[in-house]
Amino acid sequence: MSIIVNSVTKRYGSFVALDDVSVTIPSGRLTALLGPSGGGKSTLLRVIAGLETADSGAVSIEGVEATDLPPQKRNVGFVFQHYAAFKHMSVAKNVAFGLEIRKRPKEEIKERVDELLKLVHLSQFGDRLPSQLSGGQRQRMALARALAVEPSVLLLDEPFGALDAQVRKELRLWLRRLHDEVHVTTVFVTHDQEEALEVADDIVVINQGRVEQSGTPDEIYDSPASEFVMRFLGPTTVFEGAVVRPHDLDVFSMAVREAVRAEVTDVQRVGHEVRLTASANPQGPGTSVALTRAHFRDLEVDVGDTVWLRLAPGASHMAAASTDPAIPATPSAG
Amino acid sequence: MADTPTAGPTLTQGSRSVGSGAGRVTRQAIVILYLSALVVIPVALVFWNAFKDGLAPVVAALTDPVVVHALQLTLIAALWSVVLNAVFGVAVSLLLVRYEFPGKRMLNAFIDLPLSVSPVVVGLSLVIVYNVRDGILGQPLAELGIRVLFSTPGIVLATTFISMPLVVREVVPVLQEQGTDQEQAASSLGASGWVTFWRITMPGIRWGVVYGVVLCFARSIGEFGAVKIVSGNITGRTQTATLAVEQLYQNFNQAQAFTIAAVLAGAAIVIISVVAVLRVRVERNES
Repeated sequence: MSIIVNSVTKRYGSFVALDDVSVTIPSGRLTALLGPSGGGKSTLLRVIAGLETADSGAVSIEGVEATDLPPQKRNVGFVFQHYAAFKHMSVAKNVAFGLEIRKRPKEEIKERVDELLKLVHLSQFGDRLPSQLSGGQRQRMALARALAVEPSVLLLDEPFGALDAQVRKELRLWLRRLHDEVHVTTVFVTHDQEEALEVADDIVVINQGRVEQSGTPDEIYDSPASEFVMRFLGPTTVFEGAVVRPHDLDVFSMAVREAVRAEVTDVQRVGHEVRLTASANPQGPGTSVALTRAHFRDLEVDVGDTVWLRLAPGASHMAAASTDPAIPATPSAG
Repeated sequence: MADTPTAGPTLTQGSRSVGSGAGRVTRQAIVILYLSALVVIPVALVFWNAFKDGLAPVVAALTDPVVVHALQLTLIAALWSVVLNAVFGVAVSLLLVRYEFPGKRMLNAFIDLPLSVSPVVVGLSLVIVYNVRDGILGQPLAELGIRVLFSTPGIVLATTFISMPLVVREVVPVLQEQGTDQEQAASSLGASGWVTFWRITMPGIRWGVVYGVVLCFARSIGEFGAVKIVSGNITGRTQTATLAVEQLYQNFNQAQAFTIAAVLAGAAIVIISVVAVLRVRVERNES
């Protein structure tokens, strides 16, 4: 086990950022800390890096007790959301910084910097200043800089958060491929469930300073441990008193066994998907169902028509708590 | 300065095009008159008075031992003030921006005090603290054989006090703008606090420091009130350039007075030009 966080608590005044958090992060894997903003995931990452000190609890990295070590002695690579590029140094100098501090021979530094710039596809940008790079390039430079010192763990704090959607998607796939090449234990913080599901080997869901669930993306998606986790991982709706995913509902235009009769109250087309709202009880809130366009066309229904709804076999579902305002609305996919 | 504005209506800025050509000329004339009356004419006359009888009186004044000593003393006081305020200014700025501590707001307010309090009051307060008879610091220092008042240390102290806020006020916003990300990145890469300061923090704030130092120097060479009180104004010993100007002028020694005044004004003009060039560089650096 590479990083062991044991009962860490961190308060800012009366606000509890981390509440007795224990997490174990395995070696050589890519782990996502996933959760809403202000949930404590960045604080946890910064405690691991030594950039924040925990009020209580312990952190060990690669078997070394690190709780009282300053950041410069922890041998972690840290990548910031806003790159933290050394503005007055060239790209190559940025990458070389950690090695120069360690007083490595000049030849070795040059060789290593060249190698890293190649790895992050910035070979021809070595002499530029960070201000002359795009956001995505700056973040790749920051990654090379963090990797230069051969850290035992690589920590990334919302690494793609400041980039636009397209670059973000490219860069996260690139990070996945990079990790497959270098295999350094990597932890990244994200509030984007799609990013976590797509890239990570393991996911730790953190909310309100506590760990809600940890496991592989499949485990977390298929058997969410709480309503919060289920709601956070994508759109949900309420059907017959249970929280379910809109695409896990089967829709029929005629009565079938175990299906519930409902009236279509709204039909919305969003790109390749049709979102249909139907309610069994005219007073109650509707249940939303996601269909493909082809399926919707075959049903031949419209607002005011009657349909029959049934939960698809094997779909994850759980009893809905009384409408809890603390649970945020469905996170934006993006 | 009085560039003829390019003619033609400006379509996008309606309020400006309302002002006719005549109105604009009037406004510019008012500004130019105001600046001339307050700044340009008096300063120009200082130079004119210094040089009106040719170079001979100027050379004579600048070789007079009393004038030379006054200028030297001003330079020494200004250099000390710059060094002290640069070192402590950066330290205080770091303290104010990077750390939380009780009394921080009070410290922040105190920093501006020398700008708002009359220099004469500053001089008087230094006399109370450093006088040899019953000064809370003056007495023990006197026993150690260190004389502050009526000697160079007192002049340095007064000058430093007066120009204290200038470096801090220039460096604080630059430090705030810079943020802590780069410093944290450096420490996660293995840099100690000292290395981080010299290799990351200082390069980031260097133009702010230079700018503050230049302003501090300009303010220091012009200091009069506080220095007059703490120095005792002893000709040839504790008389700075500004004090010499006053005394020489009052003694009808106008040639010398205007020569020193011209040197001080010339230094100020050079400094302001440097600042103007620096400001452009700083702004370009930030963008």
